[in-house]
Amino acid sequence: MADYYEQKDLRNFGKITEWSEELGEKFFDYYSKVFEEGKLTGREKSLIALAVAHVVKCPYCIDAYTKDGLQRGITKEEMMEAVHTGAAMEAGANLVHATQMMKKYKKLSH
Amino acid sequence: MSKKSLKARENLMAKANEQLKFLSNGVFEDDLPTFKTKLSEENQFPLKPNKLEILQINLGYMCNQVCAHCHVDAGPDRKEIMTKSTMKSCLKVIQETEAHTLDLTGGAPEMNPHFRWFVEEASKAGIKDFIVRSNLTIIEANKRYKDLPDFFKKHKVHVVSSMPHWTEDKTDHQRGKGVFNKSIKALKKLNEVGYGMPNSSLKLDLVYNPSGAFLPTNQEVMQRDFKEKLIANFDIHFHQLFAITNLPISRFLDYLIASENYEDYMFSLVEAFNPAAVINVMCRNTLSVSWDGFLYDCDFNQMLEMKIDSKIQHINNYNETKIQDRAIKIHQHCYGCTAGAGSSCQGNIT
Ligand code: SF4
Ligand code: SF4
Repeated sequence: MADYYEQKDLRNFGKITEWSEELGEKFFDYYSKVFEEGKLTGREKSLIALAVAHVVKCPYCIDAYTKDGLQRGITKEEMMEAVHTGAAMEAGANLVHATQMMKKYKKLSH
Repeated sequence: MSKKSLKARENLMAKANEQLKFLSNGVFEDDLPTFKTKLSEENQFPLKPNKLEILQINLGYMCNQVCAHCHVDAGPDRKEIMTKSTMKSCLKVIQETEAHTLDLTGGAPEMNPHFRWFVEEASKAGIKDFIVRSNLTIIEANKRYKDLPDFFKKHKVHVVSSMPHWTEDKTDHQRGKGVFNKSIKALKKLNEVGYGMPNSSLKLDLVYNPSGAFLPTNQEVMQRDFKEKLIANFDIHFHQLFAITNLPISRFLDYLIASENYEDYMFSLVEAFNPAAVINVMCRNTLSVSWDGFLYDCDFNQMLEMKIDSKIQHINNYNETKIQDRAIKIHQHCYGCTAGAGSSCQGNIT
């Protein structure tokens, strides 16, 4: 795993277009469009991205959106709340499956 | 946070030549283009000045604060202070220059013992925009500075002050314990005499610079957020917010190296290079005068001891026409001025 997730590899993200220009560029166009100010502010989108970064456990995204948050003046307390929101969703998505377990348990038990 | 300047700590990065050496090597040997190469690619090398608009005078490196990222390496232990005789030479130039803006900086310029005399004299020259860069806490530092808001008002000075964030912990982390609360008090006093109030002609602008190894974001968005928070939390008003990028020199460079953020930061700056910002970099319309009367393309070059590339290098021999015919001295720190929306002492430049 030594050469996985090296921090400096994030700098090469843009180079994915070299091996598939059309798809790469379409992705980056879409990506930058999504993060523009829209009905949601750039600030709100940054916090959503940070929460998702933790949910998908992507170290690059965590680095990128921590820095993005700092740049936008987002406080550490706001960032932590966003991460908890993601974590709560993950926990909820897990726990809601307990209804399945309960259903199965009841069905199988006499 | 250290209470001493790099110079007093005899830190290597206090030396201009060491900083320049550092900025010449490492990532700039193989991985990143030098600023000169980048400018050449844009057909902007050599960088030449346009008409002089801003005369920036550094009254000395002494300061009541020792901010973590200070590009001046200022602090109470710095004794470099402009003398009255150098001020007199500056006044002569102020009376003759075509520049419309006079910008006094430091250190804390108010700590220069001749500061008030100089402001009184300089304000007689009728310069359109007369800026004093005040760090705010100086107003609260000692009772002899308490009347500064009235003094500024009397001379219609335009006050520009640093405020890294609207929260206490971020501000204090960068500028020292207690700085946030003192700054809030000082801002209230400035507001009381009319500074920064809506429609007031007494201009009060704030300078935001990031409190770490990241670049500033959109200046308008930051201004909106700052206004919202400062009004809601403290009923404090100001006019504009200038977002300034931290340049990799002096204490900020030292911090970048020590925190192992240097490489990433330089990559971010180079990646964010914006050719449109080159057109308006502040050295093209500004001249910086040091405490000892030497001339520089900007305050940053002053700290790197890169005097202007001209036969005339001192305020005593000032000749605007001759000085303006020069090439601006550049180095890798200049990437800080051309990143994103660009950065200058008046904020964004694009
Ligand atoms: S107040 Fe300004 S001059 Fe003084 S240490 Fe802080 S950044 Fe430097
Ligand atoms: S650091 Fe000074 S010389 Fe370099 S681009 Fe900025 S203003 Fe110009």
